[in-house]
Amino acid sequence: MRKKLYFLCLLLSIFLPLIGGGCSTRKKELIVSAAASLKDSFEEIGKAFERENKGTKVLFNFAGSGFLRVQIEGGAVVDVFASAGEKDIDLLEKKGLIKRGTRRDFAENEIVLISPARSKLDLHSFSQLSQPVVKYIAIADPKLAPVGQYSKEFLEKQNLWKDVEKKIIPAGDVKGVLDYVARGEVDVGIVYRTDALIFSKAVKILAVPPRGSYTPPRYPIAVMKNCREPALAEEFILFVSSPTGQGILKKYGFRTVALGNG
Amino acid sequence: MDSSILFSLRLSFQVAFLATLLATPLGILIAYLLAMKNFRGKGALDAFFTLPLVLPPVVVGYYLIVLFGKNGIIGKFLYEATGWSIMFTWYAAVLASFFVAFPLMVKTTKAAIEAVDKNLVDASYTLGHTEWDTALKVILPLAKRGIIAGSILTFARALGEFGATLMFAGNIPGKTNTVPLAIFTYMTSGQYTKAHIMAVLFTLISAISLYMANKYGGSAIR
Repeated sequence: MRKKLYFLCLLLSIFLPLIGGGCSTRKKELIVSAAASLKDSFEEIGKAFERENKGTKVLFNFAGSGFLRVQIEGGAVVDVFASAGEKDIDLLEKKGLIKRGTRRDFAENEIVLISPARSKLDLHSFSQLSQPVVKYIAIADPKLAPVGQYSKEFLEKQNLWKDVEKKIIPAGDVKGVLDYVARGEVDVGIVYRTDALIFSKAVKILAVPPRGSYTPPRYPIAVMKNCREPALAEEFILFVSSPTGQGILKKYGFRTVALGNG
Repeated sequence: MDSSILFSLRLSFQVAFLATLLATPLGILIAYLLAMKNFRGKGALDAFFTLPLVLPPVVVGYYLIVLFGKNGIIGKFLYEATGWSIMFTWYAAVLASFFVAFPLMVKTTKAAIEAVDKNLVDASYTLGHTEWDTALKVILPLAKRGIIAGSILTFARALGEFGATLMFAGNIPGKTNTVPLAIFTYMTSGQYTKAHIMAVLFTLISAISLYMANKYGGSAIR
């Protein structure tokens, strides 16, 4: 008897998920790979998009843009890619993995220097990073995430990189930097302004680079070549650029960008 | 070969060696207690030391941060007393590898000690040897193969540690990027050739370790 029951459970555990899957195929599904810094704003945009387009489901895949690009190059099924910075989407475009004419910029961000909210360090400019009181500086790994490249580029332009290189703790993406700072494991970190705002209880902004001192991060979005729902995907991109989408992005601290192809 | 690859290789061996050096004596002690003694909570202790084998390394990494981070339960006192925190140092990689690999040392050694002929142990006691002497001169020498096999397996597992190390020691080039972390970075940044070289090299090293564990461990781990 127990054996039979066990067997039944085993069968159920194998087939139940399939039955569920069978029902949901009527829903249109969109897989959106988006930069880690877009997590909160895009989740809200996704919900708003689902509300306006009944019967659709937007699934997100958030990570560092470089990592997302490698996934797509490796053949991951992705319908829309929203990247932080032009580099990764440029590389995909060169490889012909992007659907022509769908790419456009939709937002702009900036980098800021943050510390744990309770930090006693008296810092208010990037140049103080070379002081010995600053032991660890978390940035996103320049090899893995654009925010890391912006951080490095800025520090290099300020002639600070050489002095601080030894203090750098690279994290996988911008959320990793936030986590290190929020936990107080590092003294300071460099993240996007939008991330610092979301975590405003745990971290505080110490300094913001002056405009023009580095290339500000732009966010392009595009439909992928092997997209399964091209019409829906293009609609999603339009939605991100629509007043509703831009309003949500603004709420999270992004600078919005005039419509147009990137 | 690239100097960064060489660094990662050297660091990996250094970390795995130190983790094994820590795990071996401690593992023998715990294994001896679990195999030879009867006490309350023995089952729980056994389960506790096996846990890292089945827990996702990320969870082990999480506990390590909560315990030994700068603001962790233990780490806080260490930081306040010395101004030093283990996180983001290569010692953190040692600690992470140690915790993840430790169950292999305990399990293998325990099995080897349990396999020692009880008649020989009894004979040793009858001849008037103390427990200490019996353990050192009878039980452990007879369980030698299992202990060696356990150390080699521990070494191999420590060498391959990824998840807990990534969280607790960070992925810092030239400081804490062991081979698995370097492979991860090469892979995610699209440097496939380097990732490929390291992956093949690593597979070879692990295969040799397992072969040696089988050869010297004999029946203890089969």
